[in-house]
Amino acid sequence: MPPNVEVSRRTAFCLLAAASVTVLPHAGHLPPWLVALCVLLLGWRGAQLLDRVKGLPRWLVLGVALAAALAIKIDFGHFFGKDPGVALLAVLLCLKLLEGGSPRDARVAVLLSFFLQLGLFFYDQTMGVAALALAGTLLAVTALFGLHQPRAPLPGLLRGAATLVLQGLPFMLVLFVFFPRIEGPLWGLPADAHSAVSGLSDTMEPGSISELSLSDAIAFRAAFAGEPPPNALRYWRGPVLTEFDGRTWRAVRTTSTAAPAYQPGGPVYAYSLTLEAHNRRWLLALDYPDAGLDDLLYADDFQLLAARPVRARARFDLRSRPHTPVGMEESAAVLAAVRRLPAQGNPRARALAARLAADGADAGTIVSRAFDHFASGNYTYTLTPTLLGAHSVDEFLFDTLEGFCEHYASAFVFLMRAAGLPARVVTGYQGGQVNPIDDTVVVRQSDAHAWAEVWIDGQGWRRVDPTAAAAPQRIERGLGESIRAGDPRPLLMRPEFSWLREFRHRWEAVSNHWNLWVLGYNEDRQRDLLARLGLETDWRTLTLATGAAAGLLMLALLGWAFHQRRSADPLDQAWQAFCRRAARHGLPRHAWEGPLDFATRLADRFPAHAGELRRIASDYARMRYRAADGPAAVRELSQRIRRIDFT
Amino acid sequence: MDAPQAAAFLPRFLRWNRRAPQPEASPIQLFQRRIYVLPSGAGLAYAAALLTLLLASINYNLSLGYALTFLLGGVGVASLVQAFRNLLHLEIRPAHCAPVFQGESAAFVLRLENRRDTPRPALSLRAGNGETLLELPAASAADAVLNLPATRRGWLPIGRVTLETRFPLGLVRAWSILHPDLRGLVYPAPENDPPPLPAGTGDGHGRLARATGDGDFTGLRAHQRGDSPRHIAWKALARGGPVLTKQFAGQAGEHVELDWHALPGALDDEARLSRLAAWLLAAENGGHTYALRLPGTTLPYGHGPAHLRDALRLLALHGHAAER
Repeated sequence: MPPNVEVSRRTAFCLLAAASVTVLPHAGHLPPWLVALCVLLLGWRGAQLLDRVKGLPRWLVLGVALAAALAIKIDFGHFFGKDPGVALLAVLLCLKLLEGGSPRDARVAVLLSFFLQLGLFFYDQTMGVAALALAGTLLAVTALFGLHQPRAPLPGLLRGAATLVLQGLPFMLVLFVFFPRIEGPLWGLPADAHSAVSGLSDTMEPGSISELSLSDAIAFRAAFAGEPPPNALRYWRGPVLTEFDGRTWRAVRTTSTAAPAYQPGGPVYAYSLTLEAHNRRWLLALDYPDAGLDDLLYADDFQLLAARPVRARARFDLRSRPHTPVGMEESAAVLAAVRRLPAQGNPRARALAARLAADGADAGTIVSRAFDHFASGNYTYTLTPTLLGAHSVDEFLFDTLEGFCEHYASAFVFLMRAAGLPARVVTGYQGGQVNPIDDTVVVRQSDAHAWAEVWIDGQGWRRVDPTAAAAPQRIERGLGESIRAGDPRPLLMRPEFSWLREFRHRWEAVSNHWNLWVLGYNEDRQRDLLARLGLETDWRTLTLATGAAAGLLMLALLGWAFHQRRSADPLDQAWQAFCRRAARHGLPRHAWEGPLDFATRLADRFPAHAGELRRIASDYARMRYRAADGPAAVRELSQRIRRIDFT
Repeated sequence: MDAPQAAAFLPRFLRWNRRAPQPEASPIQLFQRRIYVLPSGAGLAYAAALLTLLLASINYNLSLGYALTFLLGGVGVASLVQAFRNLLHLEIRPAHCAPVFQGESAAFVLRLENRRDTPRPALSLRAGNGETLLELPAASAADAVLNLPATRRGWLPIGRVTLETRFPLGLVRAWSILHPDLRGLVYPAPENDPPPLPAGTGDGHGRLARATGDGDFTGLRAHQRGDSPRHIAWKALARGGPVLTKQFAGQAGEHVELDWHALPGALDDEARLSRLAAWLLAAENGGHTYALRLPGTTLPYGHGPAHLRDALRLLALHGHAAER
């Protein structure tokens, strides 16, 4: 095809549609000015195709490209990273559409749209995005398909492209399953590669967990081998925070070993935990992890850690024993660290602590007195507490009296330390909802929680959840029923949306499978699956399996290509049917016999049909050897052959 | 293979590759063994893009990235098979090629037949510099016309024809090389502004005749090659009309003998053929009866289009005795 030919309008529209389907889903994470620019450019191209506006001159297209690149550099601060890369791609694709209508431009635009589609997967890999990508691919293939058929109508183009995509699908399945999976990255990732994750962090200040609690996003799922533990035992341990500066709690360095520092005991719960990528090492195991979990590390603050940050959704088979006594022997250094308080600040809280510890009360008494203080103190559990000033603990305890779990945990630990007891804040998740469809416990960001741990000589670390004192239903039934009416709360936790919850359960059961089998299909899963098929998972087997399966598919495709011919000549088929029918009645056609001679012989044998037999033979001979009649004539002949009655 | 052997192999291969093609029996059917399939430039760019997508998918652990890459790969493979299928079992029959004068272009007509009940879009036929694009609907046949410059008189074989398609996505080029049994006859180019026809033996007039001579003007007719520029109706042309030749009531009906040997000795063979061609046209246009005498062969007196064709054919094949 000559390069200077303009592509047809139909093809240009397909290309525009493909670009729109690819660019617009990026709107969520691109800067608004860039989204506006892209929409403007796409709209301009649409108007141009409808002859409403003229095309942009080349210098202007180039100018916009340069200006956009500069603005991206300013906005993102750098060029090398996935976010600015995706932004640049989006602008380039839109501009490429405007730049020209040659087939070469169209091809470049199609390739750009493929890259941009991949870019979308950085942010989102749900089923919806997969469907969008499929639609984008289909449209892009339609545009390519149209380049060579300028006059073909749109439905024909779409059908042709759909045929190609359908023929490509089996290859996709085979390669997806058998192509050797390598755990990335192959090279260093840009710094922002994993920025788009939400979850706990290793610091906590007032408001940090309540902010997280507004998110419905799933943090992890746990599928228990048997009955899941009751809600009150479902404490999923995350970062343990020791250092306090009066406002912010921070984690300290811990050491981790291949075996736990405690003797696991009590009933065991086995479960597999599917963790969403959070780019951290902690696994949020249920308190307290059992010994003997392979490839995982036990930190001395009882967290379970992965060897590397979890950068992709991953599955871990775990066991926990919630009733294990922990911290019976704690090192002096740790105990010193969990007693430390800032020298100044929060005088009223310190005075309260002194009252709690009065009369030489023992540790257990101090803890229960403090707990009672929260239970009887008219505290309100709310997601939107009043903001706190410099003496945050004082203000919460005596003035505002309202807070979220981090306020309770923080104040409680402060009181304990001020009363001379070793104590620390533990963050993590609490509870989780059982999905009735597949019986997995789904833990969302809204289940994020903070509680306290107090060390008592002879008892070790004891979990105290002051939130349970102020709002017992939080621990028993979850967040939705425990916070103040009128507080903003996640949509699905509102009672009037039970039907939506039901739908959500089903949807999430499906997405769980999607996550496990499509998104989570990695080296391990591949090994599992191939083992089930009785295959080894070395490169040779995988390569052979890929090659063999792709080869079979290729043969099937070639079979399709050849098959069309055999069924293709309806005239020959009709004639052959005619000969077969004659043969069944005792008169096979001789190999050397032409149609007319054969008909003469048949006519002698079946004089009742002599005329029709001769006509059929002569029509066949005419169509075969002289003029190529249309398909309608051939169909008509074949019907006459079927109707003929050899009796 | 040793280096010297390889060195010897290459020229042999090139000779073999450029060998004079043997025309094939008609009809030519495209079976799988003679269809070649390779990625086009666009296909290579596509493959490079897929490789990049695959590396990005591995690097960022993008499961859907793998899926997209593999789907596009599958589409590429399917397009390869479809390109192959677009040519498979196509039938090509050489149809005809009308004779032309040297310097014109010869129109070779090939008949392509699609017996399949699906269309075959985006076919391209190439021979020499001539290219033609066509599309065959389901179960149909169509003529493809390839124009080749006629640079030498004599038989002009169509030679090597490339039938190519980039259907469906342009990522793959499928092609087949054909040598259809089709040749066109190239007459010598008629001399421009030839001298007047030699003297004829008139029907009782017995004087020098000039075909389409300078007698009384009788009318105009369409210009033909070989007409003298002196007789072009320049005034009509200047008014923007077609090129017309003035006709005169000359001494029509004369017997003119066009003799190779009677031409001036200074003319070489091709110049003689050119002049004879111009004279043949002039004689036919002038309504004369004419004979042609060439070394070794003679065409008796006659006139009419068939006679003209025979005469021009003799000129075209002069000296090509073996190819008659």
